[in-house]
Amino acid sequence: MTSHISSGDTAWMLASSALVLLMTPGLAFFYGGMVRARSVLNMMMMSFACIGVVSILWVLYGYSLAFDTDLGHGLLGGFGELGMTDAVNQVTGTVPVPVFAAFQLMFAIITPALISGAIADRAKFGAWIVFAVLWTTIVYLPVAHWVFMFDDGNGGWLGDRLGVLDFAGGTAVHVNAGAAALALTFVLGRRTGWPREHTRPHNLPLVLLGAGLLWFGWFGFNAGSAVAANGTAAIAFLNTQVATAAGLCAWILVERIRDGRPTTLGAASGAVAGLVAITPACAAVSPLGAVAVGLLAGALCAVAVGLKYRLGFDDSLDVVGVHLVGGALGSVLIGFFATATVTGGPSGLFYGGGFAQLGKQALAVVVVGSYSFVGAFLLGKLVDRTIGFRVSVEDEVTGIDQVEHAETAYDFQSLGAGHRPPLGGAGAPVPAGAGAHSVTQGDGDGPTGEGTSDSTRSVNA
Amino acid sequence: MRLVTAVVKPFKLDEVRAALEAFGVHGMTVTEAQGYGRQKGHTEVYRGAEYTVDLVPKIRLEVLVDDADAADVIDVVVKSAQTGRVGDGKVWSVPVDDVVRVRTGERGPDAL
Repeated sequence: MTSHISSGDTAWMLASSALVLLMTPGLAFFYGGMVRARSVLNMMMMSFACIGVVSILWVLYGYSLAFDTDLGHGLLGGFGELGMTDAVNQVTGTVPVPVFAAFQLMFAIITPALISGAIADRAKFGAWIVFAVLWTTIVYLPVAHWVFMFDDGNGGWLGDRLGVLDFAGGTAVHVNAGAAALALTFVLGRRTGWPREHTRPHNLPLVLLGAGLLWFGWFGFNAGSAVAANGTAAIAFLNTQVATAAGLCAWILVERIRDGRPTTLGAASGAVAGLVAITPACAAVSPLGAVAVGLLAGALCAVAVGLKYRLGFDDSLDVVGVHLVGGALGSVLIGFFATATVTGGPSGLFYGGGFAQLGKQALAVVVVGSYSFVGAFLLGKLVDRTIGFRVSVEDEVTGIDQVEHAETAYDFQSLGAGHRPPLGGAGAPVPAGAGAHSVTQGDGDGPTGEGTSDSTRSVNA
Repeated sequence: MRLVTAVVKPFKLDEVRAALEAFGVHGMTVTEAQGYGRQKGHTEVYRGAEYTVDLVPKIRLEVLVDDADAADVIDVVVKSAQTGRVGDGKVWSVPVDDVVRVRTGERGPDAL
């Protein structure tokens, strides 16, 4: 087999991998801004720490189980690439295997990170890490193999063998994460006080910053999934832009009609809903089709986020309403909007392709969603029964940042905090743990909590 | 001596302060406060879910004055803080037994 490396393709894949990595810190901002001021660090750490642990497991066995030669029936990759020793000098398509492996690693990082939004304010950090490793291993790696592993008809059973179209992970990433998020809301239960007490986002500018970083990184996620710098990447890029824009417009339009005012949170959420829905479809639909996908996603998700109140599950940051619903919608819409001029093969119902593709798309959504839901529920229960998944009510009320990380996100410097000399002598450094809580933070939660600002300034006294 | 306390709309602070200065009050303490009266709070909507904000941001302003000035100071505050809409706030005064200027140790009216 004579495969040669294309420098153009390789350059684009290196850049795309870095773009997709940036999505996870972006997600941390997106989620972090939506929680209470006393939980923001924990929320961001649940995403950020995934970069740490998943990268390591990817080299040890993750890449192998997802992308090594199929073990049989397209269910799981082999064990030939454990440690990735042999991959170093190999080429896949027109790019070196290490860049393809790095690109796919970024997907494996953000998928578990997406789940964390459902369990804001109440999960033990250590338990979350254990869960993220277990879920990535037992759920994500096989599903990535099913959907993303192509080997001339001997790859994954959904993508390569059955012909399901999921270009960048509508099922493997978004339905997968959304179904797992739903399962974890049942394992951990509701936040204390929910839904009687609503929490409001403590920092909407952070949410918008996060949405912007996600949008930016998503060009690598979708256009990079062409694994080449070619026409497919180009149409995926353009579709990503217009569907996201349409999602943004649709969501705030729903808000304008239903609630009276378009909101910042709605604009950010609509953009993400559009991104999620176009992910599987970006190399299957025309730009006009992408507008339709985005509009439908923005409108449907804007309504779907209200389901949790009807059904009583505390999906704190709407991972189900945006990622499960948006991912399923985008995957199924391929069955309607796919056009042979873009896919180069199958068409959807609206383009004369009949019901064949639609059936395959629906099957993939159901299979991946069910597998992930059951897997996440069992793994979550396992973690809960052994080391405990949830913090105590007292710790939840105190604030999970302080309890799990011994940190506070914001120092508001109010009422003289921060100006007080250290206990035991001015300028003397205070060792960590020796009353360090009280040194610069006053009573810790007081001024940093919501709505208790009581700062005094003296005017001409 | 009396302590005049006013709770007013934050955007009225500068007007009230200027009016008090013009009247001859040379010191005050200002606090950012939160509360509600007949105005009640307001409602915000996040992803379709209503969030009720019960407590509205206010400014609490405190001035120590001579007994003779108390009624006039209250009038000055009311005039300068009034918009005629709900949420304008309240002004009240209470008697004060003793006042000491920390720098000099002066007591009573001399310390004002």
